[in-house]
Amino acid sequence: MRGWLNKQRNLLDFSLSSLSRRRGKTLGMLAVYTAIVFLLASVMLFSHAIRREAATVLAKSPEVLVQRMVAGRHDLIPARHLDAIKGIRGVQSAEGRLWGYLFDPAAAANYTLMVPTNPRIEPGKVVIGDGVVRVRSADPGDLMSFRAHDGSLVQFKVESAISRDSALVSTDLFLVAEEDFRRLFGIAPGLFTDLAISVRNPREVTKIAEKIDAALPDTRIILRDEILRTYESVFDWREGMLLVLLAGSILAFAIFSWEKASGLSAEERREIGILKAVGWETGDVIRLKMLEGLVVSLSAFLVGYLLAYAHVFHFGAGLFEPVLKGWAVLYPKYKLAPFVDELQVATLFFFTVFPYTIATVVPIWRAAIVDPDTVMR
Amino acid sequence: MLRKSDGFLILSAVLLVLLGGSFADAALGLSRAAPALHAKAEMVEKLGLTDLVLFTEARYTRHPSQADLHSAFQDHPFAMDHFPTGSLLPPPMPRGRP
Repeated sequence: MRGWLNKQRNLLDFSLSSLSRRRGKTLGMLAVYTAIVFLLASVMLFSHAIRREAATVLAKSPEVLVQRMVAGRHDLIPARHLDAIKGIRGVQSAEGRLWGYLFDPAAAANYTLMVPTNPRIEPGKVVIGDGVVRVRSADPGDLMSFRAHDGSLVQFKVESAISRDSALVSTDLFLVAEEDFRRLFGIAPGLFTDLAISVRNPREVTKIAEKIDAALPDTRIILRDEILRTYESVFDWREGMLLVLLAGSILAFAIFSWEKASGLSAEERREIGILKAVGWETGDVIRLKMLEGLVVSLSAFLVGYLLAYAHVFHFGAGLFEPVLKGWAVLYPKYKLAPFVDELQVATLFFFTVFPYTIATVVPIWRAAIVDPDTVMR
Repeated sequence: MLRKSDGFLILSAVLLVLLGGSFADAALGLSRAAPALHAKAEMVEKLGLTDLVLFTEARYTRHPSQADLHSAFQDHPFAMDHFPTGSLLPPPMPRGRP
């Protein structure tokens, strides 16, 4: 056993010396390889973490939402629809929601206005999200004014701000009283933005959705399951988009590494010839060259993955932020919970370390079985 | 003097320990993030929220789960989606439910 270990160490020494003789090439290869692993791992870690966070956080979003559609557009829904829905067996509760958007010219940002039912906001007061605090430098007690639908001014006194911890779901929120909401947009009593429904038996959700659809044909029904699937597909799509953008560089790297690993230079060919001439066996030569491949690919994987982990979970995925921000003024400052899928990491390991190592074997084997004298010439 | 193989093995061992450490850090980070996740889920339940605040520039990007299927193109007939986020959001999913 000791002899075997010594032999492996000697082989490793030899392969490291061989790599350091081609220092420039090896370091260049290592840098590009590490960068590719870093990018792939960053996309993978970010997408998985945000997908899991969305699923965890939105698991308690409204069970069923009913919107009214008029001429293909979302329209306000009358309270009589609420009565019709309450009459359907299996519906536990149904309430009208009031929410919408308000463009603030002072900050050039869109706020999401909502009327919460629990806790109720007093008329004239507002509770704001962390992003609104940032863009308006607003503190509790400050006044904010907006023009209503009829041109009159509606003034709000900032009551409190929502904690930054929940910025991912609340950064642009502007919570107001029902009276203020209706006054701001001129929405008559008895009209709502949409209806939120909870169902007694979760297994009956689809059946109840069908009943609502049959009773109120001018509505569109959104189930919680569909909200969750929307986010699954948003992040699948975004991961796919980033991978498509990266595909060019990944392909270029694959060609480069294949060329590098599978095509032997004259110098390497001569080296193999000399090794064979001084008594090395074919198996030893192959093992030596595989070790060289393993040294490069394993180091690139470990360094690339660790950098990606730090980038996504400790430095806020700074490289992706400009892409994800779009034109949003109120982009939330949030720290992703580090959801890591071990199987994904293992897959990344497999697809980055093994192909390169294996690619080195075939040409080495071909060169190693030829007569040393022929190879050296 | 330290052999090259020893240097490489020590470096690899350090990197492997760091790899293991990253999993431990993730587990620890998750347990630390649990109260914040719970608070977020509670806020979603209390306010009846439906979407994450990722893109606030247009209604169909702020609430992708609530927007109707053609809202990106409703400004006028043949309107193009002029927000860059449109390229980051997927096309609507076919629905199996009536």
